[in-house]
Amino acid sequence: MSPWEILRFALRGIGANKLRSSLTMLGILIGVAAVILLVAVGNGSAKAISDRIEALGTNTLTVMSTSRGSGGLTMAVAGALDDPVLAPDVASVSPVVSTSATLTYDGSDHEVSAFVGTTPDWFTASNFGVGSGSAFTADDEAQARRVTVIGQTVAEELFPGIDPVGVQVTIGGALFTVVGVLEEKSSSGFQDANDTAVAPISAVRQVIAGYGALSSILVEARGSGMVDTAQSEITTILDRKLPAGSSGTAAYRIQNASQLLETQTETADTFTTLLGAVAAISLLVGGIGITNIMLVTVTERTREIGIRKALGAPRRVILTQFLIEATLLSVIGGGLGVAAAVLGSRFEIVGVRPVIVPSSVVLALGVSILIGLFFGGLPAARAARLRPIDALRYE
Amino acid sequence: MPGSRPVLDVRDVTKVYGEGDTLVRALDGVTLRVDRADYVAIMGSSGSGKSTLMNILGCLDVPSTGAYLIDGVDVGSLSDSQLALVRNRLIGFVFQAFNLIPRTSAVANVELPLAYSGIRSAERRRRAMFALDLVGLADRAGHQPNQLSGGQQQRVAVARALVTEPALLLADEPTGNLDSHATEEVLAVFEDLNAAGRTIVLITHEDEVGARADRLITLFDGRIVS
Ligand SMILES: Nc1ncnc2c1ncn2[C@@H]1O[C@H](COP(=O)(O)OP(=O)(O)OP(=O)(O)O)[C@@H](O)[C@H]1O
Ligand SMILES: [Mg+2]
Repeated sequence: MSPWEILRFALRGIGANKLRSSLTMLGILIGVAAVILLVAVGNGSAKAISDRIEALGTNTLTVMSTSRGSGGLTMAVAGALDDPVLAPDVASVSPVVSTSATLTYDGSDHEVSAFVGTTPDWFTASNFGVGSGSAFTADDEAQARRVTVIGQTVAEELFPGIDPVGVQVTIGGALFTVVGVLEEKSSSGFQDANDTAVAPISAVRQVIAGYGALSSILVEARGSGMVDTAQSEITTILDRKLPAGSSGTAAYRIQNASQLLETQTETADTFTTLLGAVAAISLLVGGIGITNIMLVTVTERTREIGIRKALGAPRRVILTQFLIEATLLSVIGGGLGVAAAVLGSRFEIVGVRPVIVPSSVVLALGVSILIGLFFGGLPAARAARLRPIDALRYE
Repeated sequence: MPGSRPVLDVRDVTKVYGEGDTLVRALDGVTLRVDRADYVAIMGSSGSGKSTLMNILGCLDVPSTGAYLIDGVDVGSLSDSQLALVRNRLIGFVFQAFNLIPRTSAVANVELPLAYSGIRSAERRRRAMFALDLVGLADRAGHQPNQLSGGQQQRVAVARALVTEPALLLADEPTGNLDSHATEEVLAVFEDLNAAGRTIVLITHEDEVGARADRLITLFDGRIVS
């Protein structure tokens, strides 16, 4: 019998049992699609996290004091960090005071979680572009002019349908002129990064924050490769300026954005692995479903194999026919599963845009085809070895 | 052809099923020779071992003890692929329970043995239709087994056994479900084949059918009694 003939027999076998064939394919389809999609969701959320952290700027170091309110970070400390000799890899230093504040305009209020007082360098360091209007200048800072740049959320809440640039708002009882609006930025974590207002640090201290310690100091390195050297340079300076307390605890700590990115990525990877495990289980369940269908039909198929053997079918021909049937079913089912997953990944799932991982496609397809071959081929191989009369009597 | 070696040579064959309390001696020392172009009918009460003997003759089952030779070749010494060849080229087998492949048209069922002997599909279809016509079922060629009556299924099974024009036709109650008219037609086909030199062994419960054969063998409790 030619291979072509055997293929035709296999196709006829699939066609003769449409319900069984479609159920088998459905089982494989669901298993494959679930694995690919779940892994894609995990991967998508990992990507979203790293995108957000990269948006924060990975070239920056944030210096924070550990002992709240006790002197700690001062303008003098910030000034000392901006030292081209001792800290040549530092591009800019921005002292930051941050308080919550209520903005009032035309009778409506809006409370921002972060009213930031800083210097103009902050905008580039923190990767915040100014959309309309402009940032405040070094001169504004020196003169403590009451000007502010507001975030997108504030602009939408307080000035719906109006161009806020040039408008005066009341912040903490003083009038500030809006000079610009920040570009929209993706938010990291729970806080809305766009719910903010930025003003010269001199003005903010004068009006609200007072002349106490700084909230933090944002240090920008000259490049992403120099973050670590910049960190050790400022550590040397800070250790001199802010000696550790009597108990030996450091008076400050430095947050490194690229380190943050690493730990967050690790977390996201764990998440992906977890989803992958769930997906593998669903593939297994799909596999058990297929096995079930195959086992239910083993009796009928074993009898059929008995008849074929009695009519003189060689074992090789029977095996080939049944293996082709099983392969076709699992390949078609798996292919449809991949198609379904690709289609599904175009939509957002639980707020995440799935990103398909090619290796998961290979794995899911491989496993499903193996399951199909194994559970389709094994009973056939066993039946083909029986004497015809035993196969015919099988129950 | 006197003097030539027998087509079927069964030597002191036993077949035992089960063990202990449930032990059944379905065949208990059967010796039988059938010569070329013989027409043999096997009769006997239900459970006397007729089908068991037939399955061994058709190389579908093996004896517990004893030997069975086809054309002088010991079947027990044949490999799996050689057995497949013998079943396909030499033997046409009609099952008592028909054993048609479900959800497969009558003509496709009849074509099956031809497909396994490597005959091209157009030729296959022609010969299958001819065999179906012979048993009077040409108009039911496209029907699936569950769309056929018991007698029609039986005739499809007969057509499937005839289609390869085998040298040896083994039929287990081929007329069990047929009326006298259909029985007559099937027997006429068998007699034509026999006249053309083919060997026929059939099992029957009907005396009239048995009487048409050249030779009558009666089984009782796994033994040949006449
Ligand atoms: N697979 C089996 N396992 C156990 N016992 C069996 C098996 N097949 C047949 N037998 C027993 O062997 C004996 C002979 O059975 P067989 O089928 O040969 O009878 P038969 O002569 O064809 O009867 P019938 O005219 O009813 O078809 C019976 O007693 C039966 O119970
Ligand atoms: Mg019987």
